[in-house]
Amino acid sequence: MLLMLAVYGLAAAAAPWLVGRLGTRAFVVLSAVPAAAFVATLTTGHGARDGAPYTESVRWIPGLDVDLAFQLDTLSWAMSLLVTGVGALVLFYCWGYFSDDEPGLGGFAATLTGFAGAMNGLVVADDLILLYVFWELTTIFSYLLIGHLTTRPTSRRAAIEALVVTTAGGLAMLVGLVILGAQAGTDRISEIVADPPSGSLVNVAVYLLLAGALTKSALVPFHFWLPAAMAAPTPVSAYLHAAAMVKAGVYLVALLAPGFAGTPGWRPLLVTAGLLTMWVGAWRALRQHDLKLLLAYGTVSQLGFLTLLLSIGTREAALAGLAMLLAHGLFKAALFLTVGVIDHCTGTRDIRKLSGLGRARPVLAVGGTLAALSMAGVPPLAGFVAKEAGFTALLELGSTTGVLVLAGVVVGSALTAAYSARFVWGAFARKAGVPEAEARGERASFLLPSSLLALAGLVTGLAAGLVDPWLMPYADTLPPTAQPYHLALWHGLQPALWLSALALAVGATLFLVRDRFERLQARLPVFADAGHGYRGLMRGLDTLALAMTGRTQVGSLPVYLAVILCVLVAGLGTTLALNEFWPKVRLWDQPAQAIPVILIAIAAIAATRATKRFAAVVIVGVVGYSIGLIFAMQGAPDLALTQMLVESITLVVFVLVLRRLPARMGALHGSTHRRARAVLAVLVGVVMMGVAAAVVGVRAAAPVSAGWADLAYSFGGGKNIVNVALVDIRAWDTMGEIAVLIAAATGVASLIFIRRRTGAPPRIPVDVYAADPDARDDDPSNDDRPLGPRAWLLAGRTLPPENRSIILEVTVRLLFHTAIIVSLYLLFAGHNRPGGGFAGGLVVGLALIGRYLAGGRYELGEALPVDAGVVLGLGLMIAVGTGVAGLVLGGEVLQSVIWQWSLPVFGEVKLVTSLFFDIGVYLVVVGLLLDVLRSLGAEVDRQGVDRQGIEADQQ
Amino acid sequence: MSVNVFLIVAVGVLFGTGVYLLMERSLTRVLLGFVLVGNGVNLLILHMGGPAGEAPIIAEGVAASEMNDPLPQALILTAIVITFGVTAFILAMIYRSWRLAHGDLVVDDVDDRRVASGAGSPEEADEEMEAQPADTEFEGLR
Repeated sequence: MLLMLAVYGLAAAAAPWLVGRLGTRAFVVLSAVPAAAFVATLTTGHGARDGAPYTESVRWIPGLDVDLAFQLDTLSWAMSLLVTGVGALVLFYCWGYFSDDEPGLGGFAATLTGFAGAMNGLVVADDLILLYVFWELTTIFSYLLIGHLTTRPTSRRAAIEALVVTTAGGLAMLVGLVILGAQAGTDRISEIVADPPSGSLVNVAVYLLLAGALTKSALVPFHFWLPAAMAAPTPVSAYLHAAAMVKAGVYLVALLAPGFAGTPGWRPLLVTAGLLTMWVGAWRALRQHDLKLLLAYGTVSQLGFLTLLLSIGTREAALAGLAMLLAHGLFKAALFLTVGVIDHCTGTRDIRKLSGLGRARPVLAVGGTLAALSMAGVPPLAGFVAKEAGFTALLELGSTTGVLVLAGVVVGSALTAAYSARFVWGAFARKAGVPEAEARGERASFLLPSSLLALAGLVTGLAAGLVDPWLMPYADTLPPTAQPYHLALWHGLQPALWLSALALAVGATLFLVRDRFERLQARLPVFADAGHGYRGLMRGLDTLALAMTGRTQVGSLPVYLAVILCVLVAGLGTTLALNEFWPKVRLWDQPAQAIPVILIAIAAIAATRATKRFAAVVIVGVVGYSIGLIFAMQGAPDLALTQMLVESITLVVFVLVLRRLPARMGALHGSTHRRARAVLAVLVGVVMMGVAAAVVGVRAAAPVSAGWADLAYSFGGGKNIVNVALVDIRAWDTMGEIAVLIAAATGVASLIFIRRRTGAPPRIPVDVYAADPDARDDDPSNDDRPLGPRAWLLAGRTLPPENRSIILEVTVRLLFHTAIIVSLYLLFAGHNRPGGGFAGGLVVGLALIGRYLAGGRYELGEALPVDAGVVLGLGLMIAVGTGVAGLVLGGEVLQSVIWQWSLPVFGEVKLVTSLFFDIGVYLVVVGLLLDVLRSLGAEVDRQGVDRQGIEADQQ
Repeated sequence: MSVNVFLIVAVGVLFGTGVYLLMERSLTRVLLGFVLVGNGVNLLILHMGGPAGEAPIIAEGVAASEMNDPLPQALILTAIVITFGVTAFILAMIYRSWRLAHGDLVVDDVDDRRVASGAGSPEEADEEMEAQPADTEFEGLR
């Protein structure tokens, strides 16, 4: 069975391709899958009849005791036959129904095939969780299928309605399934039903399951989604909303009835809902002019009847219910397909426009009429046999309630007979005053599925006695009433027969007086409309959501931030107030610490009051350098080094951008709410001080890093523990971090470069080399010498002379290569001494900044003529490559491998693979800085020049 | 362990001044606030690592117990560089917003304001839905 479901999945995956190749003929190929499943199911059915059902089980999630368990007992078998048989015919029918140019046909074919597989899985699943998975799969597929015509608002709305209603029920059901599984101690449905647990919790679980069943099978008050779902293409309606999906709810009731029909409230609830649904659906069906809607409401009505029969929980009722389930599947699918043909060949489904189709399309008319007669319960068709069994089962109950329910069912049957007649008359009869329908010719194969289904209804009706033993094993799982009953066409002149005749007679009368009856229906007030109720509820939800969003999302970032900070102050403040573990206090570790702290305090407070951009940046820079001092005093040379380097680079980058902005901050829009912000800021500061103190006090466990000193040397092969931590012990963190750096670099470049951000920084344009007297006349350094090695900086002469500083150019020229050497030293020494990839990369960045500041935007391209993206990518690749190498060489991702050699000149040489990781980090940092410089430096320069040019042109 | 008063004062000041600036409307001030808070966080982590000690570099005569905790240091080291990356990003945003709008202002979200004022209610969207469904799926045929 698992194999069968896999074939469905494969077929669904291949469907778009097939449709692309074969057009609508692909449906013929696809229909072979359910057809094969039908044959396979048919041949394994004898096991169920003989009391040894076919089972299959594969461990799926052992920890949760969830298996891919399947069982083909009588109920599953019958349902499978229905699902696969009708599925094959419907897929085949799609061939004639759709045209090759139907939009989205590939996806549609895949969805429909997938649905057939999910439905088949649903009816054979023997595991609660597996059942739920298939259940929700059918929901999702049905959503996609209803919404197939994406351009129609009605279609989209119907799809959403179906999804919301059935998923809501499905979620309730999931809770019920979990409770039931936990209470029973197993997830096997067959075991649970055979030995049902009891207790109030189990009752709750059963009610939750029934919520799923009621929504899925469109019972009152959830019936409204089904007629709306008729927005789907007709083959979908035929399959999902007649034969398959809506039957899932009924199937669930049938599945649980042997074990849980005695649950308090089960019968009253289901019988009432069933009866009401039967009436409401039939009543509404009698008012429809659209044949498809007529059938849809008819389906609602029949689902009510089915639920009623299967919920009663006696042997006779179960037999009748199962028989009715099959009969309904046959005739309703046939009728829907007939309507599809009518729509296809005449272009309408409205009974007020159709006339004389019976004479024009005799085969169609015969098939449709047969199916409709089965629906009405006319002998010798399957519908009659099943309905008579149902009447008998209700009579056999022998209780007053039974008789009352029977009366209700007879009323429902009469209405059913009436709308069946209305269907036949509406579809095929010749009507006075309506022009005869023009019908296109159709292929015989297009009529085949509906005709076959209608015929099957006739054959099973005639051969009811032969079908009986195949369905009996299910009925036998329920307690019998007085006399054993068997399905048969002729039981003699029994009360049930008279009731059938009565229902038919009343139905015929209702049909004959249809005009008067319609007027009566129109006059009666509608007490409640579930559809309107649902839409009102949804509107209410929308309004509530809007109001909530409006209140909470005011759109102001400062407000959001203030809210977050208030929560922080209140939450952490409360925790701190309750804290009992306060540590001892010391003033400082060494008096010198006071100096940077005082500097920080002065500078930070000054930063809040600064109005000039540059002043503010410098003040914040002071804070940064002071922090570096603190790091140095604390015993963190790596941090001090990195902080100082970063601070310098930050300062330059700030200046690069801020030079384009006005000097004063907030000239146009001053700061507001100063006092409130100040109060909140002080509170946050105090709370964070409290946090800083409290975390020291509450600390109970030994530091994670306790053994790092040994680890670093023996496993990481380095003496600088911080560096080893970065490239080995916590290398995954570093990996994530360099990824963030790459994202930041790409983000910066994307924001600055408008069109294209790949490629190296700009090189010196060719025309600077060429003789250009205007540019050179007043430039003493130019003379007639070509640009070349003799220039201090290559791009220096691209700058206007008043912007050049020869001293700066000379200094940068002298320092640049030294800086690169230093950076390499830091990189390679970092494993044992302060330094490492971060510090080394930052030094390169500083050197590049020097070149850029001295030589202008073209100097950057001359200094490092490569694409920043390439450097970033190379760095990440090396880092990842090291990780993979560790996997290959050492067994773990990012694990270091140490090599040691003795070399003649160098003596003992030790190479640790994590060095390569550090090289990757180095390259990423260099790439980041290059990207930042060429964006915020070179490109901003270019845009500034362009703008000046444009403005000059405009004047 | 005990608390270093000067360090936690620095933490408090950095957080206070930082969030004060973060709540500004000028993006440049927000950025400065971000940098201050970032520094504050780094100090907070550093303070958790315990009192000052020797540099966590294995050398003769230095016991592991005398070293400053290397774990917070590793965390801070990456944080410093990340803060730089984010700073550069915000700077690029400032430049962009200046080029486009000639202002580095954090403005209110227009759509949020519209929702808050009650516009765009679901009622209107429903109207078109009430249209009568077609009675055929083959409109093109006739």
